[in-house]
Amino acid sequence: MTEPVLSVHNLSVEFVTRHSVLRAIDGISFDIAKGEVLGVVGESGAGKSVTGLAVIGLIDPPGRLSGGEIYLSGLRIDNLPPEEMRRIRGKRIGMIFQDPLTSLNPLYKIGDQLVETIRTHSTLSESAARKRAIDLLAEVGIPAPDKRIDAYPHEFSGGMRQRVVIALAICAEPELIIADEPTTALDVSVQAQIIALIKRLGRDHGTAVMLVTHDMGVIAETSDRVAVMYSGRVAEIGPVRDVVQNPLHPYAKGLMGAIPTLAGNTERLVQIPGSMPRLSAIPPGCSFNPRCAFAFDRCRVERPEPMMHGTQAVACHLYDTPAKVSAA
Amino acid sequence: MLAFTLRRAIQAIGVMIAVGIISFSMFRFAGDPVNQIVSIDTSAAERANIRASLGLDDPVLVQFTRYLVNAAQFKFGVSYQFRLPVADLLKERMPATLELATCATILAMIFGILMGVYCALRRDTLLAKLFQAVSLIGISLPTFLIGILLIYLFAVTLGWLPSFGRGDVVPIGWWTTGLLTLSGLKALILPSITLGLFQMTLIMRLVRAEMLEVLRTDYIRFARARGLTTRAIHFGHALKNTLVPVITVAGLQFGSVIAFAIITETVFQWPGMGLLFVQAVQNVDIPIMAAYLIMVSLIFVTINLVVDILYTVVDPRLRATVGHTT
Repeated sequence: MTEPVLSVHNLSVEFVTRHSVLRAIDGISFDIAKGEVLGVVGESGAGKSVTGLAVIGLIDPPGRLSGGEIYLSGLRIDNLPPEEMRRIRGKRIGMIFQDPLTSLNPLYKIGDQLVETIRTHSTLSESAARKRAIDLLAEVGIPAPDKRIDAYPHEFSGGMRQRVVIALAICAEPELIIADEPTTALDVSVQAQIIALIKRLGRDHGTAVMLVTHDMGVIAETSDRVAVMYSGRVAEIGPVRDVVQNPLHPYAKGLMGAIPTLAGNTERLVQIPGSMPRLSAIPPGCSFNPRCAFAFDRCRVERPEPMMHGTQAVACHLYDTPAKVSAA
Repeated sequence: MLAFTLRRAIQAIGVMIAVGIISFSMFRFAGDPVNQIVSIDTSAAERANIRASLGLDDPVLVQFTRYLVNAAQFKFGVSYQFRLPVADLLKERMPATLELATCATILAMIFGILMGVYCALRRDTLLAKLFQAVSLIGISLPTFLIGILLIYLFAVTLGWLPSFGRGDVVPIGWWTTGLLTLSGLKALILPSITLGLFQMTLIMRLVRAEMLEVLRTDYIRFARARGLTTRAIHFGHALKNTLVPVITVAGLQFGSVIAFAIITETVFQWPGMGLLFVQAVQNVDIPIMAAYLIMVSLIFVTINLVVDILYTVVDPRLRATVGHTT
């Protein structure tokens, strides 16, 4: 097996507040291979976005990386000096944010923003960069790109703006794209187009994609593997088919049970009782134990580590020994 | 764009007519102008003569129209105290005021923006906190006090700079400038600082607040995620967005600078329109007061117009809405 494009080991991110230190990410590990799409799901506040920002090195104070390592194609990037990390951002890691309406600087033509980004990461001349910008706009599906390149962001619709944002994210052909809820702010019909676009770009260029979303439908459609996050930890990670059809972690089970289906004749959707703990009040042991129907004594004292179970890695004591599963 | 400019220009003319009404009414409500001209022992017949020759017997509307027509040609009548046409007096004094106001505004803009950007980008440094503290003084100290303190320090104690007047001036056509002589430049320094200090602190605080706001926006975060250099982000993306509101405020403030110049000109005995106005108030010289009102309004209205147009040049979104609504 070749080296993964992105390899995260035991990453922790803390936010220092006046009263305490809040741990937003608590020792997560995952890999993304070349051309692979990893979906990251979880509720709001589970640490999905923070993980994305940590990888691209945009955690601002009072937040800080407090442990672990991040490797990009074998190069350790979590402890690089700011200037070297800047050169990697945009060139080797592209990022797409949630709201295309606010991601573009309203005072600059989109062409200027593209040319500026291209020239920051290459030695292309102004005219060559402009030509490349037009090609990029065509690639992300902007009609009449040679004319639209001189338009301002407010002259585009939301979906078109997200295409421009994607063009900006891929303009230096990065190895990794982090898409942080790229479709949340868009209409459903436009969502499908954007998802198809990200998928196609990943396939055509062999780009690894980290797709952060809370939309299981998007994950099921796009991802090769999926990581389910819960209060700053990875609860379960595995191939998307297995995790969706046969979730192991009780939280993942609840999450999949909460997806409405047209075929099913269930009267009510499954709810997970309670809500995710605040960062300042994470319970000892497994952070899911207060909401878990299968929790037992060990869950309240000992934190479960991820362990392989078939194709899936799951952080749950239920799967530690077969005996406990039956006991539960 | 042209239609927009035209519409704004028409609005500006409307404002000027309103100002004309106010300044015209000053003549009618601030006492009988004939009494200002004549002495106590002038006979009633002579008074009536003067009244008739000045057209004060005509209906109000006729008088007002005449006044407006004259004012539009910058004919503001004759000053009671100087016995000279007001237009000539203003023309003679205007260069001094405009040079002072322009210098003060340029000073305020340069230092205000520099300090504001510094305070936003390095807000935890000692210097930034010092700027913040000093700006509080600039905002809260009255102009005349700052002027007097500066005179005490630089003119009286150190003797570096003159404490009053404009120094030597060079005439260029009807305009006189103090910018070409050493004594003129030296004389300009203290009044400019006095007049510009308030604007500078205002601009500094505005730039700082706006820039901090802009630096938190998504497009700045996205610019960082694209790997742009810190310099390109701060001075290309953030500063340009910061300057949109700053242009408006600084432009509108230029009008207040001219108005505030009354105080500064009095403190420094600066031979400008403001000083002329203060003297006119003391002598109830209504033609000068009325003309000053019209001139200052004209400057205000012109600046407003220019700011509106500049705005659309900087911000493409406004260009679009302007295009749609016209």
